[in-house]
Amino acid sequence: MNIVAPESLILWTTIIFIILLILLRKFAWKPILGAVRTRETSINDALAAAEKAKLEMENLHADNEKLLQEARAEREAMMKEAREIKTKMIADAKEDAKAEADKMVAHAQAAIVSEKKAAIAEMKQTVASLSLEIAEKVVKHELSDSDSQLKLVNEMLGDAKLN
Amino acid sequence: MRLTQTLIGSLAIIVFLLLPFQGIASDQNQEEGEGKFDPKELINSHVWDSHEFHIADWDGHPITLALPVILWTDNGLTVFSSSEFHHDNSGTTVVEKNGDKFVRYREHIFYADRFDQQKFEDTSTMGRPFMYEDRPLDFSITKTVFSMIFVSLLLLIVFGFAARHYKKNQRAPKGLSGFLEPVILFVRDDIAIPNIGTAKYQKYMPLLLTIFFFIWLNNLIGLIPFFPFSGNVTGNIIFTMVMALIVFIITIFSGNKYYWKHILSPDVPKALYPIMIPIEIIGMFTKPFALMVRLFANITAGHIIILSLVGLIFIFETAAISPVSIVFVLFMSVLELLVAALQAYVFTLLAALFIGQAVEEHH
Repeated sequence: MNIVAPESLILWTTIIFIILLILLRKFAWKPILGAVRTRETSINDALAAAEKAKLEMENLHADNEKLLQEARAEREAMMKEAREIKTKMIADAKEDAKAEADKMVAHAQAAIVSEKKAAIAEMKQTVASLSLEIAEKVVKHELSDSDSQLKLVNEMLGDAKLN
Repeated sequence: MRLTQTLIGSLAIIVFLLLPFQGIASDQNQEEGEGKFDPKELINSHVWDSHEFHIADWDGHPITLALPVILWTDNGLTVFSSSEFHHDNSGTTVVEKNGDKFVRYREHIFYADRFDQQKFEDTSTMGRPFMYEDRPLDFSITKTVFSMIFVSLLLLIVFGFAARHYKKNQRAPKGLSGFLEPVILFVRDDIAIPNIGTAKYQKYMPLLLTIFFFIWLNNLIGLIPFFPFSGNVTGNIIFTMVMALIVFIITIFSGNKYYWKHILSPDVPKALYPIMIPIEIIGMFTKPFALMVRLFANITAGHIIILSLVGLIFIFETAAISPVSIVFVLFMSVLELLVAALQAYVFTLLAALFIGQAVEEHH
């Protein structure tokens, strides 16, 4: 038994341990455990926040994807519409051109017809005046001979009827 | 090296004594003179408590730190320095204070007029510290108490610094707190939480941490063989008894109704109560008793083994044995470093376990 005086050690051990416990609790354990707990909470919070941010990023990414998809669809639609408009415009233009051309052709035809008529009329007039001249000349020449006069008249009439 | 030389020089005649005969003869041997080497005396002087802190021997004279002697006598409180005994431990130097005369015999302080050497020798080793009819109540700051105060101050300084570091640094710990925090977290995560439970562990954390670090540092201090360390605190059964009692008292006061129901009306047939209740009540006391003996025995055994191995050199009276001693002492010292931490862990773990049993909720 390595004891000198049990009462001394009992007294001092109790006193020293209790004082040590009180002082360490106040000045060491509470600040240290508190700091550790605070740090653990902050780490957990930071991890949770990071997780949340990651989720948000994912959502954002999905949203972006959706927006892109929409934009693409819209572009597709616009392109399609434009193509349709283009086709329609070309068709319209073709139609218009055709109509114009037809109209021009018709005009031209009408002009040709009227020109022809005018030309025929002029020819008729010319032929008539020529005939009259010829007739005058013939008459002047043939009036000496009655037979030949008749014959000529008949001939001329016959010719005239042909027109 | 100097210490060894001094020891060799002071042992002019070394008498080889077999250990088994030592127990009976040791008391007489001391009176026979300085010359004889007594391994039991060597070991006891290192393991036992004393009124002064032996630092070294110089030229045959011991150099000591005199510690205060505090006595509660029939005339009241008496305080004086232990140097007044002039290193005397044979009951010859009489110190007169406050109208009382004191002598010191083998570290026990007696009233000079009531001291009877024959009676002391006739009393068993176990009975000697309790001869209250012949001695005043001794509340001296002994070597053990001095070591305890030293360790407490060391703990306060170290953890005070660490705590202040936490106030400034909110980020990952580094330096001193980087070393201490894993140990603190070990006590929390591997001792307190598994045994007490997440709901209630916080209340007991200061106690468990104080017990763990106090015992650990006291164990380590006991392994350092020079002043101001070397105080054998945890190898003192009174110290371990007080520590175990503190755990016991806290367990008792923490006990909820399930704990008391388990002891006073366990779930067994009523016919078994005469056996079960005494067993449970004995169990309450055996737990702290085991705490007390385990720590005391482990530390004391380690110290005695190391001192015996050193003593081999003087027992065999040859330096040739010293390589063996050195190798074994080195091995034992490293082992004791492990034991120091292990026993602190075991004590804290069992304290947490007992508290955990007392506060456990049954559903």
